[in-house]
Amino acid sequence: MDTILEMRGITKSFPGVKALDDVNLRVRRGEIHALVGENGAGKSTLMKVLSGVYPHGSYEGEILFNGAEQRFNGIADSEREGVIIIHQELALVPLLSIAENIFLGNEIAPKGVVNWPETFARTEALLKKVGLREKPTTLVDALGVGKQQLVEIAKALSKEVKLLILDEPTASLQENDSQALLDLLMEFREQGITSILISHKLNEISRVADSITVLRDGATVSTLDCHAETISEDRIILDMVGRDMAHRYPERVPQIGETLFELENWNVYHQDHAERHLIRDVNLRVARGEVVGIAGLMGSGRTELAMSVFGRSYGQNISGTARLNGTEVDLSTIDRAVDAGLAYVTEDRKSLGLVLEESIARNITLANLPGVSARGVIDDTAERRVAEDYRQKINIRTPNIFQQVVNLSGGNQQKVVLAKWLFAEPDVLILDEPTRGIDVGAKYEIYSIINQLAAEGKGVIMISSEMPELLGMCDRIYVMNEGAFAGELAASEASQEKIMSMIVSA
Amino acid sequence: MSEQNETSMGGFLKSHLREYGMLVALVVIMVFFQFMTEGTLMRPVNLTNLFLQNSYIIIMALGMLLVIVAGHIDLSVGSVVGFIGAMAAVMMVNYDLPVWLTIPICLVTGAIIGAAQGYWIAYWKIPSFIVTLAGMLVFKGLTLWLLAGQSVGPFPKSFQLLSTGFVPDIFGSGKPNLTALLLGIVLALAIVALGLRERARQQKFGTVDEPGPVFWIKNGLVAAAIIYVSYLLSTYRGLPNVLITMAVLTMVYTFITNRTTVGRRIYALGGNEKAAKLSGINTERLTFLTFANMGMLAALAGLIFAARLNTATPKAGLAFELDVIAAVFIGGASMSGGVGKIIGAVVGAFIMGVMNNGMSILGVGIDWQQVIKGLVLLAAVIFDVYNKNKSS
Repeated sequence: MDTILEMRGITKSFPGVKALDDVNLRVRRGEIHALVGENGAGKSTLMKVLSGVYPHGSYEGEILFNGAEQRFNGIADSEREGVIIIHQELALVPLLSIAENIFLGNEIAPKGVVNWPETFARTEALLKKVGLREKPTTLVDALGVGKQQLVEIAKALSKEVKLLILDEPTASLQENDSQALLDLLMEFREQGITSILISHKLNEISRVADSITVLRDGATVSTLDCHAETISEDRIILDMVGRDMAHRYPERVPQIGETLFELENWNVYHQDHAERHLIRDVNLRVARGEVVGIAGLMGSGRTELAMSVFGRSYGQNISGTARLNGTEVDLSTIDRAVDAGLAYVTEDRKSLGLVLEESIARNITLANLPGVSARGVIDDTAERRVAEDYRQKINIRTPNIFQQVVNLSGGNQQKVVLAKWLFAEPDVLILDEPTRGIDVGAKYEIYSIINQLAAEGKGVIMISSEMPELLGMCDRIYVMNEGAFAGELAASEASQEKIMSMIVSA
Repeated sequence: MSEQNETSMGGFLKSHLREYGMLVALVVIMVFFQFMTEGTLMRPVNLTNLFLQNSYIIIMALGMLLVIVAGHIDLSVGSVVGFIGAMAAVMMVNYDLPVWLTIPICLVTGAIIGAAQGYWIAYWKIPSFIVTLAGMLVFKGLTLWLLAGQSVGPFPKSFQLLSTGFVPDIFGSGKPNLTALLLGIVLALAIVALGLRERARQQKFGTVDEPGPVFWIKNGLVAAAIIYVSYLLSTYRGLPNVLITMAVLTMVYTFITNRTTVGRRIYALGGNEKAAKLSGINTERLTFLTFANMGMLAALAGLIFAARLNTATPKAGLAFELDVIAAVFIGGASMSGGVGKIIGAVVGAFIMGVMNNGMSILGVGIDWQQVIKGLVLLAAVIFDVYNKNKSS
């Protein structure tokens, strides 16, 4: 078998972060090549380089496709060569029909007038190929996620695909849909279509992949040939998580007090689809001075759990008991949750955490305006004092507190969100991906703040996709998978391998 | 300490270009028309008229600013002006109800109208454009029905004072009106004093933003302008009642937006609704209240407008919403919410008002007046967008 794609020495930097560092990827013609790695390992970045989302010149290294060097400047370029990527978040227009979606931007329309009979005929042929029994005129909105995924694949086929890239195609699919999709991929392999499969589900990968490339921290760790040797899942996990754990976490002596906050039989249904049971029977406990982690993959329901607890800001049909200091508390609105002493620091600081156009001072006081006002009138001096205080205490790097937060770096923005919630004086803090997208130095500072909070006797629940971070920071770790807790590990017994195997075997 | 924090003069002016630009634009436009009309614009009688003509637009602009800052729009205000005017007329003329009863009932009705629209917008998440478009049609129709297509009037004298009355001269004989002049001087001094106090507090904290010369020039000009205008008014009939209403409301709303938690939360709501909600702010109730407030101010404007014409007509309030919305956007508010100032909306309304007045004196036809006003609105917003793109 010859090589269809070779990416050599790819290095891609963002301000302050090296996302990819000398990555090599070789894909043989006609195989299913699996790309695995933890969240943030660089898989998506690598695929964006390949598909031209990051244009030639914005990265170092070279791409050879079908033996020729390619310099893609956009998705249009890579699609012309037959490289088609299907993203995790589907890019379909819900209120257009299947046929319209498949030929969107690529309409069969000589002289600008759409030829509907031919469009429908070709759609039907494509749908048959992917095994989807729906009419071309059906609206995409009416299809489930699994079928929408097939529409995306049909769309890829309509473009003469040579290399099909699927980014976590089965992440949101039910078991039988996943099986069908994998069968389809194997059928494509018979027809000579090469695929790159990005997935966390190692059982699926062992089933279909011909070779596997493992990425970690933006570098290629290994490339495994599944036909030359038997590859165990343990072996892949080992490569994914690596071994080195330096002193990236500040020292802390845990002083764990009595139980502070508990959830019992917490159940949540999907915000828009009442029939989707998103969070199942979660039982959680955090004590004073304790840092509790929730590990799990993206989409495992961690954020949904946190937000449903925090004033029911996510989901519907929420049931279960929440207890603070042993007595049941009403967390039915965000007001009440804040008053009860809860704080939720969002994973999406830009769209959920900050009012970007406003100043640092105004953002810090937003969740506790009564704290700087008397009878509804804000005391500017008090507000400034508070903001100035937090700026020094948690080291927000800014010329002054009147800067708009939009101008701050990610790490400093994160500190502003933290300051906002610290000023609300909570007892229990739920931190959702508190170090996402910020540099190593700022991470260390955030860790120190978390330790300080625990030392003050607060309970901290920390959600993170970075397992080393959880292992380095937490006293106890819950492992979450598909909306339920798959297990619980004390810090002493936890390891990345154990967490990973809990996730993949659940 | 203040040395470090005080921004350089050029840098400060650049970052506040929009605010000062508005004031400068107003002055330039006034000077232009003063020159073109050979002094008619600033004649005391015309100046008085200018205030009377624009008072209801300005009063509504205060409420509209809050609505737009919260990320919404209210198209119904013109129709509400007409409806409340008609209601007041029917109550006072047809049913002989007293003025003291009519006014509060009308204001409460206005608030209820605003609340009724706000309910659908806040709690049902129906776009404000749609809800208030419906309101616009509904209240236009109800106005016609109330008046049965006729004009109703005239009103009792005491009601007319709402718009055409003047503050009596307590200290002098009325020529010139010493009360007007004194009030003007007191107001000017108060503004400078408040500014100085704020500045002193900031200095204590080392957080002075505005360079000294800019502070003095700005306050000096504002104080001089107020004294000059009150002097001009004093040589005619003194201060119109409606000017006092307008000035007090402007101060109240400036205070609300700048200093109160409610005001702050409206900005947060418009800037990022999700973040505001996740910070424990009851965004629904806030939106609801913003519309109720708008309804009440539209009712007040309706009363003042009816009092000024001394009759309620089916065409009252027609297209007022456009002038009000234009004033707010000329005043620097952002279509996407979260940005805008009361003083900007007031200055924006004055820019529109001076242009209307000046062009009318010059004999420019209503056709070209519309064209010019439209282009000014577009230019103001283009200026905003251009600045924003340049700075980012």
